[in-house]
Amino acid sequence: MSLLGILGWSDIIFVKAWQNPSISEAIAAGAGGAAVLGALGAAVLVTWLGAWRTLWTGWLTSLDHKKIGIMYIVLALVMIARALIEAVLMRVQQAAAVGDPGFLSADHYNQLFTTHGTIMIFFMAMPFLTGVINYVMPLQIGSRDMSFPMMNAVSLWLTVGGAILMMASLIFGSFSTGGWSAYPPYTGASFSPGVGVDYWIWAVTLASVGSTLTGINIAVTIYKRRAPGMTLFHMPLFCWTALAVSILMIFAMSPLTVATAMLALDRYAEFKFFTNGDGGNMMIYANLFWLFGHPEVYILILPAFGVYSEVFTTFSGKTLYGYRSLVLATMCIAVLSFTVWLHHFFTMGQSAEINAAFGIATMLIGIPTGVKVYDWLLTMVRGRIVASTALIFSSVFLVTFVVGGVTGIILANPDVDYQVHNSLFLVAHFHNMLIPGLLFGMIAAVQVWFPKAFGFRLDERWGRISALLWTAGFYLAFMPLYAMGLGGAMRRMRSWADPDWWPWLLAAEIGAFLLLGGLATLLMQFWVSVRNRRALAVPGGDPWDGRTLEWGTSSPPPEYNFAVVPQVDSRDAFTAVKAAGRAYSAPETYEDIEMPKATMVPLAIGLLAAACGFGLTWHIWWLALLAFIGIWGAVILRSFQRETSRVIPAAEVARQHEAWLEMVRGLPQTPRRAGLTPANSGRAEQGEPA
Amino acid sequence: MTASAHTRADERAHIGLTQREGEGPDPDEAAPIIFGFWVFLMADLVLFAVLFSVYAAMVNGGQGTAPGPADLFDLKIPFVETLILLASSLACGKASLALKWRHDRGRLLAWMGLTFLLGAGFLVLELRDFIQLATEKNAPPQASGWLSSYWLLLGTHGLHVAAGMIWLAVIAAQVVLWGLVHEVKLRIMRFALFWHMLDIVWIAIITVVYLFGVQS
Amino acid sequence: MTGPRNEEEHEELRRERRALTIGAVQALILTCAAFAIPATGLLTGLAALAGIALLGVLQIAVHFRWFLHLDLRRSHRHDLQLVLFTVLIVTLMVGGSIWILFDLHDRMM
Ligand code: HEM
Ligand SMILES: [Cu+2]
Repeated sequence: MSLLGILGWSDIIFVKAWQNPSISEAIAAGAGGAAVLGALGAAVLVTWLGAWRTLWTGWLTSLDHKKIGIMYIVLALVMIARALIEAVLMRVQQAAAVGDPGFLSADHYNQLFTTHGTIMIFFMAMPFLTGVINYVMPLQIGSRDMSFPMMNAVSLWLTVGGAILMMASLIFGSFSTGGWSAYPPYTGASFSPGVGVDYWIWAVTLASVGSTLTGINIAVTIYKRRAPGMTLFHMPLFCWTALAVSILMIFAMSPLTVATAMLALDRYAEFKFFTNGDGGNMMIYANLFWLFGHPEVYILILPAFGVYSEVFTTFSGKTLYGYRSLVLATMCIAVLSFTVWLHHFFTMGQSAEINAAFGIATMLIGIPTGVKVYDWLLTMVRGRIVASTALIFSSVFLVTFVVGGVTGIILANPDVDYQVHNSLFLVAHFHNMLIPGLLFGMIAAVQVWFPKAFGFRLDERWGRISALLWTAGFYLAFMPLYAMGLGGAMRRMRSWADPDWWPWLLAAEIGAFLLLGGLATLLMQFWVSVRNRRALAVPGGDPWDGRTLEWGTSSPPPEYNFAVVPQVDSRDAFTAVKAAGRAYSAPETYEDIEMPKATMVPLAIGLLAAACGFGLTWHIWWLALLAFIGIWGAVILRSFQRETSRVIPAAEVARQHEAWLEMVRGLPQTPRRAGLTPANSGRAEQGEPA
Repeated sequence: MTASAHTRADERAHIGLTQREGEGPDPDEAAPIIFGFWVFLMADLVLFAVLFSVYAAMVNGGQGTAPGPADLFDLKIPFVETLILLASSLACGKASLALKWRHDRGRLLAWMGLTFLLGAGFLVLELRDFIQLATEKNAPPQASGWLSSYWLLLGTHGLHVAAGMIWLAVIAAQVVLWGLVHEVKLRIMRFALFWHMLDIVWIAIITVVYLFGVQS
Repeated sequence: MTGPRNEEEHEELRRERRALTIGAVQALILTCAAFAIPATGLLTGLAALAGIALLGVLQIAVHFRWFLHLDLRRSHRHDLQLVLFTVLIVTLMVGGSIWILFDLHDRMM
């Protein structure tokens, strides 16, 4: 047994490509090279900017929920770039491989859909929504932080640790070929002997542990840290969706953790959970995976629902239509989502009455979801619409999501599902839900809250171009798959024999490129906005005539969010303050504020966890053991540290706050219709309340 | 932190937050910590529940050709284990009372020590049982799906007990080092919840694994 | 500053001590009863299983009540709601899983 376990020279992707050159290997080596260069490039950039110290003290060791939220979103953007490029690669291969093997090896293709799916779910969608909740929710409930700032950072860095494992698999060895759901027995030791499945196991485990902790944090924060007077029914809808998501995270991650642990025991210690003989039963895995998997899709979608609710109200200048029905629908969805998991395996052999029960439960979820769509529509009716990029994304969502919902109801019928299970119809369906129902929501969130986080708006022109590309790309890339799926095309296929499908595949390929363009123009939008930040500046902090508490504080908000914790008496708390003419008035007294000190412990835990996962993957036992001991050692040592917070004196708070108030009072008031122009000062006109 | 001075008394009261009026950590700061721990315990409970459903599925068809529950289980050891855990729970409850009513470290440490020792006793018995299963009885976890699930369920519980003991030792060190300061008090309160919760899992194990096992 | 400070606290301490004792005694009895079923062979078959299950559930309730102090007092409603919600989710998960997996098993025979 060598010091590096089973890791050898020829496992390094560049060596492998050198030893048996092919286009497929060259692409893999290119991806590995891109990962290395990306990391190096980032390091060079930070050095060039002289920003290591800021990065370390202001970000990597920070426990500020806003910084943590932003870092989650940065992670999501990095990972979406990779996963989207992989998607394009798959599409190019498929379009090139009609009656032809194409240019990717079967193994490589299988890795692509596995990493694409795994990354999109665990390292793009989850970090994105967790980041947005982290940033927005405490501000909206008028809190200074999450309940457990240190645990918050631990969650972030565990997720990053998992992402590091995903990236490492580009360079050392290869990834699983078992799909994002990793069904055994195929992923067991006898059919997948390499390290790929182990990478998947440890990456997903780190992410899921991080999500469980995040769920606890969000729930407790919402229960315990609302501003005085903010009852649950005064909370913005986004906070309700955050609460629902936290409940799902708390209860639904455990089955996944158990499933991955069992798979690991099968692989490492020859347990017999999912083997073909000796009493193993892979159906237990399928059952556990979807016990997690279905609540998971609502974890993905609910925060976006919350964002849309905020967008439709803010950019219609109206209060939310049917607030209570939306709350009720959200909570119903949260509970119902624990009753439908079997629809992911209708075809696996259980009795018809079981299929029927779960099919009906699935259709029931359509009801609360339908309620929401009407509520959003009615919110816009007779509103004073401002057609911002966020609203454009949200409107595209409304229309597109209904199509996806309808195909979902179709799939909920077990008889239909028998026909299209595991076909491209399904792939079209879930992308139809996830791209408008998750990604567009997160992009809209970035458009809305970016000015809060950085003090300037995002460029509207590039935003619109991006929205156009995302929309066109989506329809072009995924509508053909419905047709192909109905025609019998299965998912996860590297090549096709039937030439009739080529036009569909070509359309899907073009669509995928448009989607890539959507991402590129989104990044372009960031770049252009940073360059034009003077013209886009909204120093007042309230560029959209916002309705909720976060718009009443500075942009970016101070570390402690609110100089004085606001008193709330109604929904749309900031609108009420503005209507009463009390906005930007100075408080009578200030108090000392206690905030957590920065610490490197969470970062260390995340990196050690990645090292532990890497060691386990490559059977480098000493590394895994040391890292494991290191993690718990860090936790225990930290518990011996008693000075974990520092105090910001009242005088300092007063100084900062008074200066800001002074500045805002000097700003011109921006009428609603000028919201998207350089005239927007970030101080909204205080007309009569709508 | 001034944050939630608004919270009503009933929002501050949490089970396991045991302290007298006017003593101990500020309830506004303590309540989220205890409540958060309850939430964590519930997530942990779901984990065990899932393990139980795996176990149930494996009893019913996962036994292969390996020995089954009726061949392997002898109720004497589990019975003794149960008594030990019960005693440990009782000691832990006594520790909680000592924490709340007497600020006398010696007594508290004594009860914590007893809790620890009983936990250790349980683990020794369980380990002996495991070794016997794996060697004499030819029933290692690799022998069948059912045995895999048995080892996983029992092992997870055992690991929780072991982790609890390490935690208890750390807290004891902090009691000695700092006395009964607020952080330490809150940790003892959370430990007590954890320890009692593990008992509940154990009762379920006794019922579902051992008693059902010899009966059917 | 040791011991109860007034009559009210004396009463509280007594109550808490008693709770612990009651819990321990009840738990002990229930444990013994449960183990007695297979040991004595008094009940057999389905009756035995039902008896064991009932005693198990009772003992869990006893632990919740006397060791974890979970009761129906209004002041603990967050905890109570949380536990009840967990019971609901656990029931859905375990019940559903067993329903599905046992059915699959039967159909494989
Ligand atoms: C944005 C553009 C996207 C494109 C072009 C795209 C494309 C694809 C393609 C080509 C596949 C393989 C289909 C097959 O098996 O034949 C796939 C699978 C998948 N995608 Fe996407 N996708 C996109 C976005 C997303 C997003 C946003 C998510 C989730 C948040 C996602 C989640 C998945 C999952 C879970 C799979 C299944 C992987 C598996 O089979 O195990 N995708 N996607
Ligand atoms: Cu589902």
